[in-house]
Amino acid sequence: MRNRLTTWGTILRISIEERLVYRGDFALGTLMRFLPIVTQIFLWGAVFAALGAAKGAPSRIAGYSCNDFIAYYLLTMISRAFSSMPGLASGIARDIRSGTVKKYLIQPIDMLGFLLLYRIAHKLVYYVVAAVPFALVFFLCRGFFHGWPDAATLLAFLASLILSFLLGFFLEATIGMVGFWFLEVSSLLFVYMLFNFFFSGHMFPIDMLPGVWGTLVKLIPLQYLAYFPAAVFLGKVSGADLVWGLAIQLGWVVLFVIASRVTFHVGVRRYSGFGG
Amino acid sequence: MSPRPSYFKVFLTFARNSLVRDMTFRANFVIDTLASISWMAMNLGFYALIFEYTPSIGADTGWGKYEFFLFLATGLLVNSIVQTLFMTNADEFSELIRTGSLDFALLKPIDTQFLVSLQRIEWSSLGNLVFGLVLLGYALAKVEYVPGLVQVVLYPIYVACGVAILYALMIAMAASSVWLGRNQTLYDFWFYITNFSRYPREIYRGRFGDPLRWFFTFIIPVLVVINVPARLLVRSLHPQTPEDWLLPLFTLLAAAASLWASRWVFNRSLVSYRSASS
Repeated sequence: MRNRLTTWGTILRISIEERLVYRGDFALGTLMRFLPIVTQIFLWGAVFAALGAAKGAPSRIAGYSCNDFIAYYLLTMISRAFSSMPGLASGIARDIRSGTVKKYLIQPIDMLGFLLLYRIAHKLVYYVVAAVPFALVFFLCRGFFHGWPDAATLLAFLASLILSFLLGFFLEATIGMVGFWFLEVSSLLFVYMLFNFFFSGHMFPIDMLPGVWGTLVKLIPLQYLAYFPAAVFLGKVSGADLVWGLAIQLGWVVLFVIASRVTFHVGVRRYSGFGG
Repeated sequence: MSPRPSYFKVFLTFARNSLVRDMTFRANFVIDTLASISWMAMNLGFYALIFEYTPSIGADTGWGKYEFFLFLATGLLVNSIVQTLFMTNADEFSELIRTGSLDFALLKPIDTQFLVSLQRIEWSSLGNLVFGLVLLGYALAKVEYVPGLVQVVLYPIYVACGVAILYALMIAMAASSVWLGRNQTLYDFWFYITNFSRYPREIYRGRFGDPLRWFFTFIIPVLVVINVPARLLVRSLHPQTPEDWLLPLFTLLAAAASLWASRWVFNRSLVSYRSASS
């Protein structure tokens, strides 16, 4: 057990060091990532201006005021900072295709565990470096929020963020494992990204979706990657719904932990490596 | 042998070679086309969703649902042409500079900017062009307004102006990798800047909006790329203001100036180019 902890510690440390090499580029890139929010602010401002002119009174769209929309987009930036896993699935598929995956099979290191620690290290560094630009943008945009939510909501928000990180990781890892069967997963990944972009709530609050679409989108796990944490922060989900929401999110995490394990296990049995 | 190569013939050869290449990986071609079309279809769904809640984008701007679809269709046309002709090439240009392979382009007896800009035609992006044309037809049928002869003649000209402006911006950004070493974030920058062109310019209003609109109209003219041709098709909704006349005139100027500036940046970058080893 102690040995294992040391191994994990070492993996975490080297991953952090690797990540810190490009810190300048990184902080700038983070700030740039907020630029699309600027157009969103103006777009929704224009939409609400038209609404106000048409009905004579400021109104709401699917329960969101104009400010709520901006606050929502800013918050999904945070959930995405936790749940997005750039290069994870494609990296796994590439390792399978090129045979690099062998190193996990012959060394006493668990592939999923290694990748998870590597990812945690990257995310930790990311939060440290990105904290400044994030804080700056949120400070400038504080007018769009109704102040801080209470402590319980904040805790729930934090819990949903951590769960969204785990869900994002194991979901994408599972997609990557499909590489054991297909070798190339880029088309599959594109479909996933397409659905993720529109139905995780990254593009718009999914409360806007009417009728059966809304129900359907709330049934699939994607909403927990962007929409759910933001909705928790804004107080859209509370009481028993909140507890249920977190429980279901946890359920999805467990499901995908199992799915990624099983696909890896079965995949390795199919896999054949040659040469060195 | 004539001293001046036939640029049109060379272009046709590029187009044919690219098509041959694309057809070698046919399944990949089909997937690429479907992927970009489904992306646009999802986007369209998002805007249709917005119009479930609001009659127009911006009060009294004339951008109702189908007018806005005309805007989107115009954006699709401009962007798909840019992607088909230039996107891959601009990206490869940065790579040519980084690896030093630009030497080979410089040695060819043809204009380097022409060669670098059009070498590879991305045929799969034409799917979006078709999608844009279909959307254009559909939206035109829905707005129940037939554009006059002037609009029909001017529209393609202004679409071409939009393409020229975006091309100039793109090739200038790619050329800048001579000074920056590696230009990995080209696509990112591209996305963030053109992001501003994706909506009607009327939405940029107020204390921050006005300077922003001014900047992206006159300094980096991405706001006229889609707005001006799209406005041509929905103009009839509006009384004509001086701006309606001046902006199209300015767009012609902006397109010419952008091309000239991109040429200048391109040539400057060639002067600063120091190969890589070899």
